[in-house]
Amino acid sequence: MEMNNNGAATSSAAAGGGGVSTSTSDSSSAAKRNSKKPKYSRFTQQELPACKPILTPGLVITTFTIIGIIFIPIGLVSLSASEHVVEIVDRYDEGCVPPNYSKDKLAYIQSSLTNKSCTRTLNVPKLMKSPVFIYYQLDNFYQNHRRYVKSRSDKQLRSKAYERDTKSCDPEGFVLDGPIVPCGLIAWSLFNDTYGFSVKSKMLEVNKKNIAWDSDKEHKFGSDVYPKNFQSGGLIGGAKLNSSIPLSEQEDLIVWMRTAALPTFRKLYGRIEEDLQANEQITVVIQNNYNTYSFGGKKKLVLSTTSWIGGKNDFLGIAYISVGGLCLFLAVSFILLYVIKPRPLGDPSYLSWNRSPSGHPN
Amino acid sequence: MAGGRIRARIRRSHLYTFSCLRPSATEEGPHSIEGPGYSRIVHCNQPLMHKKKPLNYRSNYISTTKYNFLTFLPKALYEQFHRVANLYFLGAAIISVTPLSPFSAVSMIAPLAFVVGLSMAKEALEDWRRFMQDMKVNTRKVNVHKEEGIFGNKSWQKVQVGDVVKVEKDQFFPADLLLLSSSYEDGICYVETMNLDGETNLKVKRALEVTLPLDDDEAFKNFTGTIKCEDPNPSLYTFVGNLEYERQLYPLDPSQILLRDSKLRNTAFVYGVVIFTGHDSKVMQNATKSPSKRSRIERKMDYIIYVLFSFLLVISLISSIGFAVKTKFYMPDWWYLQPQSTDDYYNPEKPVVSGVTHLVTALMLYGYLIPISLYVSIEVVKVLQATFINQDIQMYDEETGNPAQARTSNLNEELGQVDTILSDKTGTLTCNQMDFLKCSIAGTAYGVRSSEVELAAAQQMAIDLEDQDVERSTVSRQKGKQQEIELETVVTSKDEKNYKSPIKGFSFEDSRIMKGNWLKEPKADVIKLFFRILAICHTAIPELNEETSSYTYEAESPDEGAFLVAAREFGFEFFKRTQSSVFIHERYSSSGQPIEREFKILNMLEFTSKRKRMTVIVRDEDGQILLLCKGADSIIFDRLSKNGKMYEEDTTRHLNEYGEAGLRTLALAYRKLEESEYSAWNNEFQKAKTSIGADREAMLEKVADMMERELILIGATAVEDKLQKGVPQCIDKLAQAGLKIWVLTGDKMETAINIGYACSLLRQGMKQICITAISSDAKEVVKENILMQITNASQMIKLEKDPHAAFALIIDGKTLAYALGDDMKQQFLGLAVDCASVICCRVSPKQKALVTRLVKEGTGKTTLAIGDGANDVGMIQEADIGVGISGVEGMQAVMASDFSVAQFRFLERLLVVHGHWCYKRIAQMVCYFFYKNIAFGLTLFYFEAFTGFSGQSVYDDWYMLLFNVVLTSLPVISLGVFEQDVSSEVCLQFPALYQQGPRNLFFDWYRILGWMGNGLYSSLIIFFLNIIIFYDQAFRAGGQTADMAALGTTMFTCIIWALNCQIALTMSHFTWIQHLFIWGSIVTWYLFLFIYGMVSPTISGNAYQILVEALAPAPIYWSATLLVTVACNLPYMAHISFQRCFHPLDHHIIQEIKYYRKDVEDQRMWSRERSKARQKTKIGFTARVDAKIRQLRGRLQRKQPSLETHSPMSPS
Repeated sequence: MEMNNNGAATSSAAAGGGGVSTSTSDSSSAAKRNSKKPKYSRFTQQELPACKPILTPGLVITTFTIIGIIFIPIGLVSLSASEHVVEIVDRYDEGCVPPNYSKDKLAYIQSSLTNKSCTRTLNVPKLMKSPVFIYYQLDNFYQNHRRYVKSRSDKQLRSKAYERDTKSCDPEGFVLDGPIVPCGLIAWSLFNDTYGFSVKSKMLEVNKKNIAWDSDKEHKFGSDVYPKNFQSGGLIGGAKLNSSIPLSEQEDLIVWMRTAALPTFRKLYGRIEEDLQANEQITVVIQNNYNTYSFGGKKKLVLSTTSWIGGKNDFLGIAYISVGGLCLFLAVSFILLYVIKPRPLGDPSYLSWNRSPSGHPN
Repeated sequence: MAGGRIRARIRRSHLYTFSCLRPSATEEGPHSIEGPGYSRIVHCNQPLMHKKKPLNYRSNYISTTKYNFLTFLPKALYEQFHRVANLYFLGAAIISVTPLSPFSAVSMIAPLAFVVGLSMAKEALEDWRRFMQDMKVNTRKVNVHKEEGIFGNKSWQKVQVGDVVKVEKDQFFPADLLLLSSSYEDGICYVETMNLDGETNLKVKRALEVTLPLDDDEAFKNFTGTIKCEDPNPSLYTFVGNLEYERQLYPLDPSQILLRDSKLRNTAFVYGVVIFTGHDSKVMQNATKSPSKRSRIERKMDYIIYVLFSFLLVISLISSIGFAVKTKFYMPDWWYLQPQSTDDYYNPEKPVVSGVTHLVTALMLYGYLIPISLYVSIEVVKVLQATFINQDIQMYDEETGNPAQARTSNLNEELGQVDTILSDKTGTLTCNQMDFLKCSIAGTAYGVRSSEVELAAAQQMAIDLEDQDVERSTVSRQKGKQQEIELETVVTSKDEKNYKSPIKGFSFEDSRIMKGNWLKEPKADVIKLFFRILAICHTAIPELNEETSSYTYEAESPDEGAFLVAAREFGFEFFKRTQSSVFIHERYSSSGQPIEREFKILNMLEFTSKRKRMTVIVRDEDGQILLLCKGADSIIFDRLSKNGKMYEEDTTRHLNEYGEAGLRTLALAYRKLEESEYSAWNNEFQKAKTSIGADREAMLEKVADMMERELILIGATAVEDKLQKGVPQCIDKLAQAGLKIWVLTGDKMETAINIGYACSLLRQGMKQICITAISSDAKEVVKENILMQITNASQMIKLEKDPHAAFALIIDGKTLAYALGDDMKQQFLGLAVDCASVICCRVSPKQKALVTRLVKEGTGKTTLAIGDGANDVGMIQEADIGVGISGVEGMQAVMASDFSVAQFRFLERLLVVHGHWCYKRIAQMVCYFFYKNIAFGLTLFYFEAFTGFSGQSVYDDWYMLLFNVVLTSLPVISLGVFEQDVSSEVCLQFPALYQQGPRNLFFDWYRILGWMGNGLYSSLIIFFLNIIIFYDQAFRAGGQTADMAALGTTMFTCIIWALNCQIALTMSHFTWIQHLFIWGSIVTWYLFLFIYGMVSPTISGNAYQILVEALAPAPIYWSATLLVTVACNLPYMAHISFQRCFHPLDHHIIQEIKYYRKDVEDQRMWSRERSKARQKTKIGFTARVDAKIRQLRGRLQRKQPSLETHSPMSPS
């Protein structure tokens, strides 16, 4: 824009006074010429100040050493944390089938007449400080299958107003009476084994409150949404829900609805808020209702304490130690290599034209 | 030009004695014009007749744009979806609206729309620029006959067929015109056709006798006529037509046709009738569509894309087969999926259908392997790189005010891989300006100023010798420094001096013969004769510049102009030419008074390339008849009389010196004629002249030859064909960077060789291989002969033992026509590649393009063509990279080019700095891109395998959308735009670094596969470490286990960290921008996660509050991030550390030298390395100096054989 104004000004000047006209037109043409001149700035000339770190052997060795020095302690701490976690795993899917059904487990689990309860005894190997978390673990169960994952309606779960929003829930969206709440395959296949614990014939209280994320309870599952037409169709999947309790308080459902990432997964069942002493025998009465037999999935009951890294997890510690160890190894080998074959930094004799015998790279 | 009054008209056609050689047009009858191809009818001066059919010819409006408003959308869209990758993404976007899609539709459509939109916007912008350029041409004004003999301005686009136009001096012709008359009485005019064929000499056009009276505005009041002629065609040198004027039919031939885009020179004005307009004109018919060029890296990228496509297909197939198997055999057992009530997609009964539909899903899911964002990022990066090229202040030419310009941005990285440069000569290497620099008169050399080449060579020699000194004896560092500074100042001061050259065409300096001092020289009369020859023996016309009241000369060739200016400066001012005489002011004479002298011209024997000499026969005021001759030394020396060889030996020596200094030389000689001798000869000559028949030409030559004998040599001139600023230095640098330079010129062989010397492409001691065609009628014989020459030369090169021997190949256009034939071109190319320099002279524009194609396809290496004129357009378009010289008036070369620079010397910076950077940047960027997308895409695949191949992704749709668009795009763009391995000064100081590009060190398969392997490794690490860490147990003290969202988010965090740390490791140059983008991307991810967690769970789903509530409080989330990030980058880090420590590349070492400031501490080492950092080169003056040093040393060694052991550095 400025240029235009300039041009106009000079041309009018040229028209006005004859004598000056040449000089002004000269300057205007010069200005016009210079208008194409790139403006200098460090940015456009690619001369911005920059730090140009280079990987000197010193830096490399230091970096590797530091990583090693940091990682190995982290690994040790993680390992020790993992060591302190006490975990009891009991697989009960097979043991809980009466021997006469062992050939046809599916018939057993699908029949409504058979006795599903089953008693197991667990031995506490070490002192388990409260809270002791109770998990059920399913195996070969594809909660992450796309058909499964998509089969839910977050809107419906959240508010009563979207009750009929069951588009994504097929084939568990509607029954004759209206929409199913909660709809979809996930809710429909809700896990329904139950566990009762006792130590020395004293019942252990299982706290099933606050096993789900607070945000889920408060914001994702509506307090005004009540189960409706649930498990009332032709097919009964898993657990039934008490239709007088709003979804936001159905914590088992909320936990179940958080689909697991892998086909083997644990989900929180409840907490025992008492210490379990070493070598105590825990009696568990299981209502073995859930059908994993048709797809050959294992069912496990897990009791576990936690540490800061969560449950029992040796891998993290081992991985840290190995990476740290590898770094130290690299550091040492670099030192060795460097001692054996030192190269002064910035030594021009390493330039290609000094190295190749002909004197020039070709 | 301003103010210079046009001189009085003179009749001058008789000056051209050889013009009678031209077949006279009137001898033949009118052409018989009928049948197809000859349908054009033009009603002269009646443009209105051409308003309606069938004479409604095309308007003079030209358009070179690709699109217009209507066609833009469909055409541009077609162009876009022509690319396989884009088509794939289009398909994916269409499917994404169906339930088959694993992602939401917006996450597929948005990036595609962005990519396509951006590319189309770029197209539109480029087309707009083209449109503006067209408009500039279309709105040029020309004087057109309106009515009643009144002429008025009209814009070019309004010019119609049949219009009479008046074109004035130095204007372009707006259309193809029939010349009616000119300011000269005999209707000739001079035309410069540089834009058409690149020839700089002027062409004479000649109007028909019958139209000559139409030479002022009034005459066109009632002028009418009808032209019947050929239809529009691209042949520039033919024209067939008839003019019907005053009920008579006259034949027309090409010499009456003025072609569009050529320029009127030396003629005040011409009148012409428009015959062909706009796209019908010959030059526009010649225009070829500019081919779309793609860079080598981009083409290779296509292969990689294909590899990735196949890879994608393979894993998609695996996935869909897996899915079909799972669905058929396992799905019936998975009651929780209700297999009995599914649609086709999950139906266990129809595994094939579900398998096939899943293939579609999988192809989309793994689409992340094909980085859609790669294209858009590359586009963005290249546009920014191009901006940097445009903005480079060091490629801005103050004189013409033109900056360098990247006209297309998709070849930036190609600049870093150039192997061969094919250069035009005139206007590119030279300014087409001659300077009289030296002369040798009567065996004495005059002229003290050195030529540019000498200066530059001397400088280089000084530097190199100094280095050698330093090597041998440890001279104090201080001194070396001082010398270098001195040299530097010499360079700059010299440049300034050149810039303010006082007299155009004259840079002679020698007090012995200037300002009349020659009178005191011993052989003053010889000197006087010498100057007289300069002033008389020419065909130029003087022109008085009224402002300065001095004469300027309109000469046919710039050499002649330089001679006249020189003669003027020496005091022999040529000021007037009449029909039969030449008038000269002699300022210094024995009497001390300025004298006006008249020389009667008796005969003039014109210069032709065959004769290589020019002769005038004059009678001076004393009645003495003199024959004055100037010509090529070899020709003149052959014609010397016995007693005329007095100065031959000295002159020969001087001529050799001049030749080596890159000067154009001519020898001058004279002969005194007796009256009787002359009249006898003249009779012969007149007879030959008037004879009619085929052998007239031969006869004339024979007669002329008879006279030009028994000459007496008096001296020689040396004219500097002024090279453009910095050309020898630039050629030297480019040669050191390992580039091969070929010169393709339309000029004569001698001129081309001279320029070869001037810019050090040739040097003394180089073996010149001249391949010429023998003159024989039988094509086969010629062919065989050429083939033999080629094979002989190749044999000679093969047998050459001396490693320093250099060969130069010189070939002319006629020979080239054979050599480029299919049966011979491979041998020719083989020979050319073995030669250090190749000069092709007398080549046509088409041959230029053919040679370019031969080099391009024959060697498979990248070629760059540089030129300034329309005759270079073919080669500019044919080469991998076309560079146009901007600043000259014709814009054709620039319009056709990919890059334009104002001067040849900017090529150095364009290639060595920008090319080097862009190549590395793009190569690194593309490699990183593949790494990043493989690392990310494969995690999707692994996870899918764990979901029964159902196509579920572990990441939220939004994460995936942001991955390419926001979270990882800016760092990689900053890598592509700002990365610098070494600074621009170092690039220039170490031209050898450039070879990293042509050798493709950074984008070879080894490296690409390495990066892909790295991507594979990273994906494995990211996925499996996270899977195992978050396997089944609680991931925090609260006892909760990780669900899919938690695992996905953690994995994604790891990816963001790992990829960004990886790019930080890749870079070696961090400005605040890189820091901002890299670390900003990581911060953005956390910010996004935080904000995304805040929005309603109906949108964020399972990611609701995930960071705040679930992940951030869990130490395992952070420790997993740290572990994975380090583990991912460890191998790469170890690799580059190892490589740098033990196999450093050149730029590594230089980085270290710079880092430790060793270049400042040890400047001797620095300058030594700088001088060593050259590719082995046999051209350029460095090579010349080396040769000289070798020669000197050879002599030295012969004297002192013991020295041999002492020479640590062998120059090469």
